[in-house]
Amino acid sequence: MKKTDLVVIGGGPAGLSAAIYAASLGAKVTLIDDGLELGGQLIKQTHKFFGSERQFAGIRGIEIAKKLIQDSIKYKDIELITNATVTGYYEDGVLTIIQGVNGSILIKLKAEKIIVATGASENMLPFINNDLPGVYGAGAVQTLMNLYGVVPGNNVLMVGAGNIGLIVSYQLLQAGIQVEAIVEALPTIGGYLVHAAKIRRLGVPIYTSHSLKEVYGNDWVERAVICELNEEFKFISGTEKEFEVDTICLAVGLSPLSDLLWQAGCQMKYITELGGYVALRDENMKSSLENIYLAGDVAGIEEASSAMLEGQIAGLNAAVSLGYKCDNFIKLNKSLKEELKELRDNPLSEKVKIGIEKALIKRGVD
Amino acid sequence: MRIKEHPILEFTPGKKIKFSLDGKEFEGYEGEPIASALVAAGVKVLSRSIKYHRPRGFFCAIGKCSSCLMKVNGTPNVRTCVTKLEEGMKIETQKGKGDFS
Repeated sequence: MKKTDLVVIGGGPAGLSAAIYAASLGAKVTLIDDGLELGGQLIKQTHKFFGSERQFAGIRGIEIAKKLIQDSIKYKDIELITNATVTGYYEDGVLTIIQGVNGSILIKLKAEKIIVATGASENMLPFINNDLPGVYGAGAVQTLMNLYGVVPGNNVLMVGAGNIGLIVSYQLLQAGIQVEAIVEALPTIGGYLVHAAKIRRLGVPIYTSHSLKEVYGNDWVERAVICELNEEFKFISGTEKEFEVDTICLAVGLSPLSDLLWQAGCQMKYITELGGYVALRDENMKSSLENIYLAGDVAGIEEASSAMLEGQIAGLNAAVSLGYKCDNFIKLNKSLKEELKELRDNPLSEKVKIGIEKALIKRGVD
Repeated sequence: MRIKEHPILEFTPGKKIKFSLDGKEFEGYEGEPIASALVAAGVKVLSRSIKYHRPRGFFCAIGKCSSCLMKVNGTPNVRTCVTKLEEGMKIETQKGKGDFS
């Protein structure tokens, strides 16, 4: 069985940042990722990031991914296990990993500390015929068009006007694909208004207080029916509108992928503001268990900028707890936390801040 | 269909290669996922649900949803959205739970 200081599970913005930070302090890191390529969702983000300057504001996600991947390869102390899924965590700290598309290789790995940065999965929406081909998750649409240059469909109905729904709508338009409309169940647009304004200027209507009721088609989506919602989120009959679309793109939120944290026995809590069940954690991103840290969307649905900072905090603290020297640890740790606080100092982060307060284990001043 | 022009992205696909789906010849790029080559070629139905045989298409792109399970070079239940396309691959739509052959 292989042994290592630190295992980071997930090679998205949080995991890569954690691995790089820990390796920069000398820790031996094994980074495990299940994708065909490292970078998580960043490798499909063509838009420029907001947020703090030190966390790549003004730079496109794809460029940030390139930089992080290059850095992770630069460190000899980061061993990469890609195309591999962590399938279990055992009481003695052993992780089982299945590598290869058909799971032909089984790896057992024991680590002193583990950082879980598994990210999130997309939420599904109940509507009639939601299993028809042509119904995609927003992540899949981004993968097809931004990574592989493939057109997912000709006419798209976007469901969800949060940041993902708005940004992916814009990306579809950039790729020359028609977006017929955006529907949003809430009475207001959830994402940044800058994004919404850009899309409206391009002639795409946004229907708030509306949801997708059903789609029709023989072997794939041919038509979609949306309907207005009342204050109790019930369909108001007679308000149906029909669209001729071949593609439905679902951007209806994300849920933390916390299975491994459950299995490890971390204290878990359902926190609506963070998107579902999350592990309780302290300010240093350590869970209720001494050896397990978490970072990124698995700790609460947010965005890549905060995921990178949480990753750095987890990486720094895990490395120091392993005994690696960091001369100005207290100062660095404090400044990372300050930066994260500044990043969340905007009205759209209010919800997240409430959620984090509920998820926080207060261990006293360190 | 492939995106021809893009204001930000430049696509640098791999070598153009041939593969087959249910005996019919197709073209795709080496190294892209099998399912992405199929969508680009206009194939929308990748599998059928086991009980009611409802059509299933490209959905999650991260190997999690099982909508794209197909038989590849005789191996059933291959997640074609996370399996890279290779020259001469023999792809088949599978029936039911899939079988080795």
